[in-house]
Amino acid sequence: MTNKISLNMITCRSIKQGVGMEAGKTSQKYFDACSIIEMHADDFKKLGIWKNTNVKVTSSVGSVIVKAVETRQDLYPGLGHIPMGPWANQIVPAYTFSTGEPCFKGFPVTVEVAMNEPIMSAVDVVKNACGLLKK
Amino acid sequence: MPKVVTDVTCPFCGTLCDDLEVTVSDDNKKILSVRNACAIGSEKFNHTSLPGRVTRPRKRQPDGTFKEITYDEAIDWTANMLVKSKKTLMYGWASTSCQAMSVGHEIAEKVGGVVDNCATVCHGSSLIAIQDVGIPSCTLGEVKNRADRVIFWGCNPAHAHPRHMSRYSIFPRGFFTVKGHKGRKIYCVDCRHTDTARVADEFIQIQQGYDYELLDAFRTAARGEALPDTIGGVPKEKVYKIVEDLKAGRFGVIFFGMGLTHTLGRNHNIDEAISFTRDMNDFTKFSIIAMRGHWNVTGSGQVLSWQYGFPYAVDLSRRNKARYQTGETTSVDLLVRNEVEACFNIATDPGAHFPIDAVVSMSKKPTVTVDPHINMSTEISDIHIPVAMVGVETGGCAYRMDNVPIETRKVVDAPDGMLTDVELLTKINERVDQLMGAK
Repeated sequence: MTNKISLNMITCRSIKQGVGMEAGKTSQKYFDACSIIEMHADDFKKLGIWKNTNVKVTSSVGSVIVKAVETRQDLYPGLGHIPMGPWANQIVPAYTFSTGEPCFKGFPVTVEVAMNEPIMSAVDVVKNACGLLKK
Repeated sequence: MPKVVTDVTCPFCGTLCDDLEVTVSDDNKKILSVRNACAIGSEKFNHTSLPGRVTRPRKRQPDGTFKEITYDEAIDWTANMLVKSKKTLMYGWASTSCQAMSVGHEIAEKVGGVVDNCATVCHGSSLIAIQDVGIPSCTLGEVKNRADRVIFWGCNPAHAHPRHMSRYSIFPRGFFTVKGHKGRKIYCVDCRHTDTARVADEFIQIQQGYDYELLDAFRTAARGEALPDTIGGVPKEKVYKIVEDLKAGRFGVIFFGMGLTHTLGRNHNIDEAISFTRDMNDFTKFSIIAMRGHWNVTGSGQVLSWQYGFPYAVDLSRRNKARYQTGETTSVDLLVRNEVEACFNIATDPGAHFPIDAVVSMSKKPTVTVDPHINMSTEISDIHIPVAMVGVETGGCAYRMDNVPIETRKVVDAPDGMLTDVELLTKINERVDQLMGAK
């Protein structure tokens, strides 16, 4: 179960993310809507996991633990999606190609199983990165 | 008796629906129900009445907890921060009124701030392209009444602008579009089979990052030139067929979103989309509209443009002139390169929506966040100043995604003693004047 796969990552808005955001960024709705990665069924097979398993997603700038889920809005194999928010932004490269616009869509990541690692809350994931989290 | 407020403007997305009906309690304090809004819009109105809302400014203590302070203390701290800092990033503005922006810009001129709005991580690329090649555009009313060919390229209104399709682009019957949905052909270009793709007549699944190539292929096909067999995973026969369909329409419109502005190519993708629109005007009428996200991000671009000539990332730190250079005066670049001394966030949440490197940089600087609710930015700020929600608890001018100004309405009273954005910024402005006069 130490399989690792490479994906092309995109981050987008979803309606659940929007509703969660308006319900409050510390709400359960926001957590459920954003701390996920959507992948194609073939990628679940490649990784050897069932849906709703925690995974560690790593890019060139960092890594984040999120829950792997199947989606109604089909992706093609090799493409992954994390809804926009603090979890996605842990791994979004800040380089802007002189446009001001970071790489929110189309950056390489690896995904590995992290079944027993907990998903941090929205505030904690940001505070942790900023060194403000009291342990 | 609860009363019903009609024709309320929704302060969530750039569609700015202005037909909401909100029922409020007789003391004008509580929202009881919201009609006509989408799931996100209703949540926004209902959120005002949720328990646990912060109603007074909070200051972060050395142990990481927050302590309540008065508005006067918060205003004094903020004004001092702004005056001391040689260059302050004043970011946000997309969820507040144009009146508030105007006061904010006055402060920025005095203290030498960089004023940037959410376009910097959203439609900034589109604005660069518009500066390069112009834009043949129209209003959403024209789309409703005229458009019979609608392309959604790299955008997903079913999720991001939920009522866009029913109010303007797919379902409504208009003056020349009496058959509504049946009279329109809908195309969706995306790398995911989104919920918008489900209501489209034709879904074009493109490989992620090949938008420029496919747009270029559309232009090539429109001129009747030869194409390779596939472009970004799309067979050439499909491209030729769609272009012929588009030419046969009376009025076409392209709506584009983050699928173009965030992917490789950025402004060049939009440049190509605009050029394709221009080319199509040789055959029929064609128009293009950016799917702006925040409800008043367009307004921020408008106010900045008429005051300084640039729509976002305006550097006023040289006091007597405004500078603008993407990659240099844009928020994420400024933060990552540590080129600002302090941060003032208003009406947005960079803590949640900026790449983490930029957020870490912000957390190391004196930071004030003005926002009605607790979010990721407030939790890493030194001061959090809650304000009344514009569009719910106070009115103000906003611009729709097609640059049409719409006045938002006050529906309920803000919690007792809570300031609005305009009141707060005016007080900060006055305190800045006092401090600078004493220098």
